[in-house]
Amino acid sequence: MSANVAAAAQAAPSSGETPAISVKDLRKCFGDHEVLKGISLEAHKGDVISILGSSGSGKSTMLRCINLLETPDSGEVRVDGELIKMKRGRDGHQMPADIRQVERIRANLAMVFQSFNLWSHMTVLENLVAAPTHVLKRPRAECLEQAEVLLKRVGIWERRNYYPPHMSGGQQQRAAIARALAMNPKVMLFDEPTSALDPELVGEVLRVMRSLAEEGRTMLVVTHEMGFARDVSSKVMFLHKGEVDSVGEPKEMFARPPTPQFKQFIANFNK
Amino acid sequence: MDFDFYLSTMWSVLKALPLTLEIWFFGIAFGLIIATGLTWLRASGYKLGEYFTRAYVFVFRGSPLLVQLYLIYFGLSQFDFVRHSPILWPILRDPMYCTIVAMALNTAAYESEIFRGALRAVPVGQIEAAKAFGMSAFTRFRLVTLPIALRLALPAYSTEIILMTKATALASVVTIMEMMGTAQKIQHDTFRPIEVLTCAGVIYLLLNLSIARLFAWVEHRLSPHLRPPPEQSRLAEPVPEVL
Repeated sequence: MSANVAAAAQAAPSSGETPAISVKDLRKCFGDHEVLKGISLEAHKGDVISILGSSGSGKSTMLRCINLLETPDSGEVRVDGELIKMKRGRDGHQMPADIRQVERIRANLAMVFQSFNLWSHMTVLENLVAAPTHVLKRPRAECLEQAEVLLKRVGIWERRNYYPPHMSGGQQQRAAIARALAMNPKVMLFDEPTSALDPELVGEVLRVMRSLAEEGRTMLVVTHEMGFARDVSSKVMFLHKGEVDSVGEPKEMFARPPTPQFKQFIANFNK
Repeated sequence: MDFDFYLSTMWSVLKALPLTLEIWFFGIAFGLIIATGLTWLRASGYKLGEYFTRAYVFVFRGSPLLVQLYLIYFGLSQFDFVRHSPILWPILRDPMYCTIVAMALNTAAYESEIFRGALRAVPVGQIEAAKAFGMSAFTRFRLVTLPIALRLALPAYSTEIILMTKATALASVVTIMEMMGTAQKIQHDTFRPIEVLTCAGVIYLLLNLSIARLFAWVEHRLSPHLRPPPEQSRLAEPVPEVL
């Protein structure tokens, strides 16, 4: 079943343009536990892909394999057509062949984390300026100017000189999204961006993400927000036990769940 | 109370303060260099480096500084090769150098443990964020790991520096006339231990008080993010008394 779906997912968007992200047959074990059992995924420019799945289904691990925060055991990851080169280490495990290449690619894939991970010793403004100046080597004045614009956009400009621990979770996550935007990334990776937030703070973060989707940003979003998956994303991918269970157009997927697993999954959410 | 005696003793002991500070300064300066090397060796991931640093910490943290000082000053000169070495002998025949070497080696053991703990306490998520934004290992260390680790290490490090201030008194047992040595000489000459040792004690207290204040100031300057946020601290200020 899952193999068919994966093959279909690969074959479907054959428009000829280079996918922004292309993942093929990704596998990853933690000890004896096989978390990813051959995952494939393609994201084109402007795609907003929601990645759903119950906890332990491997969705976060898959996202973290794309920017090499986890090293996949096998399979390939291409960003804008460029293959991330891997080699075998002395212990037989795969590792990046060229760390400079990985760093260059990571700079194009900004990530937003579940627990924000803002640098706590820097003010919000410094958080937004750190990577663009030190990684992209852009002039500081220009980065500061852009940072203020981005902070206005996510609605926390008044807090620009605050330290992250002094802000609410929602404000921290919006700052983290602004920090990601400051890199002018080709693709944005969201790893459960609202899961650590109090329920009343989820809305403000989702509003920002929705506006990003509307302006045509390419986004991979690991989430438990069914509303976002159904209404905002252009494609939904459901992982089950480390495999791609189903992929499809969101309205269609939610209206007629293609597999019993996905049906069960959304039934649990509607309870 | 014999104020004149107190004053003259105070003055004599204070004249030895520069020597105490010299031992203190070079002891902690070289100690910091060795500790940095040990921390790096420990964190480098090489098994051999890890075993070496563990053995080093075991020896220098586990035995008294006095024993280490005696071994270096009295012990090493027993070996012919030390006495004939053009590099070692000029250092090891001088009690001042010996004290500095003993203090540096000893404090390095403690400090490397302090730094190791601080590095490990840096939140993984913040390092991961630095990775995810494409920072190189060096940039990551300079912008994220080091600043956070330094703030975490500061309280324990300041305690270690205060311990080192007090440890300079051990130099007196290898003939150095720093503050403790001077005080002991006056005590032997006058047989008035209470007055003399009180003078010395008070100077050490004031010295450590200023060191502690200095570190508290540095800590305050470096950790605005660990204090309550601006509004809260304004609320916490006492209400001005009108009456």
